[in-house]
Amino acid sequence: MIDHASLLAVLPELILTAGGLALMLVAAFAGEGSARVVNWLSVLTLAVAGIALSCSLAHGPVAFDGLVRADAFSVFAKTLIYGAAAAAILLAPRFFSVDGAPRPEYPILILFAAIGMGMMVSAGDMLMLYVGLEMNSLASYVLASFMRQDTRSSEAGLKYFVLGSLASGILLYGISLLYGFTGSTAFDGIAVAMGDGVSKGELFGLVFVLAGLAFKISAVPFHMWTPDVYEGAPTPVTTFFASAPKVAAIGLTVRVAIEALGPAGLDWQQIVIFVALASILFGAVAAVGQTNIKRLMAYSSINNVGFALIGLAAGTPAGAAATMSYMAIYVIMTIGGFACILQLRDTDGNAIEKIADLAGLSQSRKGLAAGLAIFMFSMAGIPPLFGFWAKFLVFDAAVASGLTALAAFGIAMSVIGAFYYLKVIKTMYFDEPTVAYEAKGGPVENIILTACAVVIVLGYLLNPVLDQASAAAAASLF
Amino acid sequence: MDGFPILSLMMAVPMAGAIACLFAGASGARWIALIATLVDLVLGIALWINFDQGGLQWQFQEYYPIFGRFAWALGIDGIALMLIALTVFLMPICIGASWEAIQKRVPEYMAAFLLMEVLMIGVFAAQDLYLFYIMFEAGLIPMYLVIGIWGGADRIYASYKFFLYTLLGSVLMLIAMMWMVHEAGTTEIPVLMTYNFDPHVQTWLWLAFFASFAVKMPMWPVHTWLPDAHVQAPTAGSVILAGVLLKMGGYGFIRFSLPMFPEASAQLAPLVWGLSMVAVVYTSLVALVQSDMKKLIAYSSVAHMAIVTVGLFAFNQAGIEGSMMVMLGHGLVSGALFLCVGVIYDRLHTREINRYGGLSINMPKYAVLFLLFTMASVGLPGTSNFVGEFLSLMGIYQASSWVALVATTGIILGAAYMLYLYRRICYGDQSNADAAAMPDLTAREIALLAPLAAATLWMGVYPESFLAPMRADVRALEARLAPAAPAGDSKMTMGAPKPAGEGHHEEAPAHGEAH
Repeated sequence: MIDHASLLAVLPELILTAGGLALMLVAAFAGEGSARVVNWLSVLTLAVAGIALSCSLAHGPVAFDGLVRADAFSVFAKTLIYGAAAAAILLAPRFFSVDGAPRPEYPILILFAAIGMGMMVSAGDMLMLYVGLEMNSLASYVLASFMRQDTRSSEAGLKYFVLGSLASGILLYGISLLYGFTGSTAFDGIAVAMGDGVSKGELFGLVFVLAGLAFKISAVPFHMWTPDVYEGAPTPVTTFFASAPKVAAIGLTVRVAIEALGPAGLDWQQIVIFVALASILFGAVAAVGQTNIKRLMAYSSINNVGFALIGLAAGTPAGAAATMSYMAIYVIMTIGGFACILQLRDTDGNAIEKIADLAGLSQSRKGLAAGLAIFMFSMAGIPPLFGFWAKFLVFDAAVASGLTALAAFGIAMSVIGAFYYLKVIKTMYFDEPTVAYEAKGGPVENIILTACAVVIVLGYLLNPVLDQASAAAAASLF
Repeated sequence: MDGFPILSLMMAVPMAGAIACLFAGASGARWIALIATLVDLVLGIALWINFDQGGLQWQFQEYYPIFGRFAWALGIDGIALMLIALTVFLMPICIGASWEAIQKRVPEYMAAFLLMEVLMIGVFAAQDLYLFYIMFEAGLIPMYLVIGIWGGADRIYASYKFFLYTLLGSVLMLIAMMWMVHEAGTTEIPVLMTYNFDPHVQTWLWLAFFASFAVKMPMWPVHTWLPDAHVQAPTAGSVILAGVLLKMGGYGFIRFSLPMFPEASAQLAPLVWGLSMVAVVYTSLVALVQSDMKKLIAYSSVAHMAIVTVGLFAFNQAGIEGSMMVMLGHGLVSGALFLCVGVIYDRLHTREINRYGGLSINMPKYAVLFLLFTMASVGLPGTSNFVGEFLSLMGIYQASSWVALVATTGIILGAAYMLYLYRRICYGDQSNADAAAMPDLTAREIALLAPLAAATLWMGVYPESFLAPMRADVRALEARLAPAAPAGDSKMTMGAPKPAGEGHHEEAPAHGEAH
């Protein structure tokens, strides 16, 4: 017996499902020529789903007997996910029209991935979590190998699939342990069972679940797939991987850690602290030697996930809010950064990925170089750019909950990270030009780039809104 | 001027100029930058005139809580006023100094300088802890670009070193700031300046702030970024770096370390003294053997800044006022010296001292002005630096006569390296034909150096103009420090006035008492 009111809570997912299926039929019958139309309709579907988010709150936080949560947290995360997914769709056509024909399956796969991500952040049950995760992953595997004729892309898809399946196995094993020892797959049920002390079996389950999730957020030591997949996947897909699924996986991790594993806070806190510091350090150190800008962004995303987890390590509502704010700012920086990278093409239209070839970009393409420099400085956490505020929030939460040493260590390591971001800026601004760039970029890319840059420069004016939204999101977890 | 947001306006003018520069051509950008900085100079003068000496401690306050956790809060006291005045005074000179020397990518260059002016004023005017930090750190971006794009041959190494060194120093300060805000429950600097933190925690907080300010200052042994940055930066970059950016470190000590952590400051004063003593002697000796003019002046800056830290950690009015005067004087004089180097560098394109010689013959005007600034750097009475160094050393003598003794050798060593530099450049034979053929100062160069010369002399002859606005603030700081200040070892007492008609032999016991 379906509770009709519950359907309202998943209205955004229903819209995406209906839209995705309908567009798939359009694509199947109209063929590749429909790519353009399907692209715009997909963005429209995401926009409608975004509007529907406001309705989903009307039902109340719990739907389908606890399988689904429709609360401020899921709304916050889904807003970011839909926005990032739409950007990934908008950034794609120009890329695919140069490197092979644009195909309508791309936006549809992103829609299906968005459904999965929506389920991830609003899951209230381990099985729901798993289904959402797999739905997202399945679409992602296909997306990674989207350019079939390119061996790098196929390799990326295969690697992602094999390692992703392994991680899913680990996660599922952890879920089974938790179910076996707590007798429940529901988050609140697990929390209740853990309330009387964490047994050894529950602890093992917790470790396996966190390991599986660490893979999905590409945190050290489960990060190995990230650089290869990011480099091999088509750049718009990389844009997508670096933004929306990151938000979903981090949101999911935060929710599981607090709602399901909350009573075992002290146990997962040390794991999260280790993973956070290891990710920051490894992401920063390994990025220094990179010569490919997409690989660099992969290590940068590992590094950023480490910073975001510091908020979770604090374990407080302020910390969870800081993590979500971090992801919001990170998504904007990442999409802006990739909007720049997607425009790096020489006069023949070949994509440029080597950092050394960025030399002198500030002289041939002033606006593009300025944009990329803004995002790089911002990711390095240099004020007054908004990326600083993201780091500020997580460290502030850590200091507030007494983890001053963690904050001091983490922030000191952010200086190492600053080095490789500076390297990109140095190449663009200090070196003499070596490669001739195409004269101007695409209008859509430029609009997205400019919008992101404006937010990054003037973001502090959004602080009151961001604070309020992230605080409400975090409050719904505790 | 009640309620008129003059400080915001002073930041808005160069900001607007910076944006306008990006859309202008080379010569347009030059004029926009010059006009914007001159407007700011006029505003700065208006600020000084309207500053009510002996009035409220904080004036021209603005408060707009638009950033959520922190606010756009500005306001100045006499100390900040003086440093803002220094900034707006030096900026048009910097633009003028770059008028012909910078030929490539002029709009970006001018925009970077104007952005720097915004941030420097912001640092001195910020009344919110986080706003201060943002302004303080943001200055790295334009300076990194200025050194890296328009610098000398080894500019990339220097720009990295500058950036990462200062960034590493500052991030720990941010953690300390967060802790303080959670503890005190406010981000307002005036409130925090009167908040009493637990003395045990103060030590940690003090060290975190010290890491930042010591690098910025720079203090030995974390000064090594400065010579590299100075040597590679274009002339105007060196002027602003030595003139204003280094002062942020000293300002940080005055505004944060001393009033917010008085107990820790007293406890760790010997550390500062020790580092300063090493710096005075060591960097002066290093300056003595330099063959590169800019490097020599850079090392002399480190030595002068050590006098500043010594004076600040004297915990008395004379020392702190002296430090402020050294900072202001050094801002003018080292800026002027870098300009003097820039003048001959533009002609011969080398900073090697040996490539010059006998310039007083073919460049007499230059030789006169260079001599004036050399003497001011040495601390000759009648010039700005004398006042500051004398007061600082007098202040530290009350706290520690040993430190005073060692720090005073800096004056002698300063005379040695500066006069030696001057002799090699301006006196002697004209052994290099190309150096001998260099024309004297142009009208533009005179226009740049003359205001600096006038200000140097003014500050030396009538320092009261500069001391008066700061006096009340320095007294307040001294009062705040008084309970914690370490007991001095000189134990000076006021000598009893001698009754008329008595002989010299009466003086001996009174002298003994004083020790």
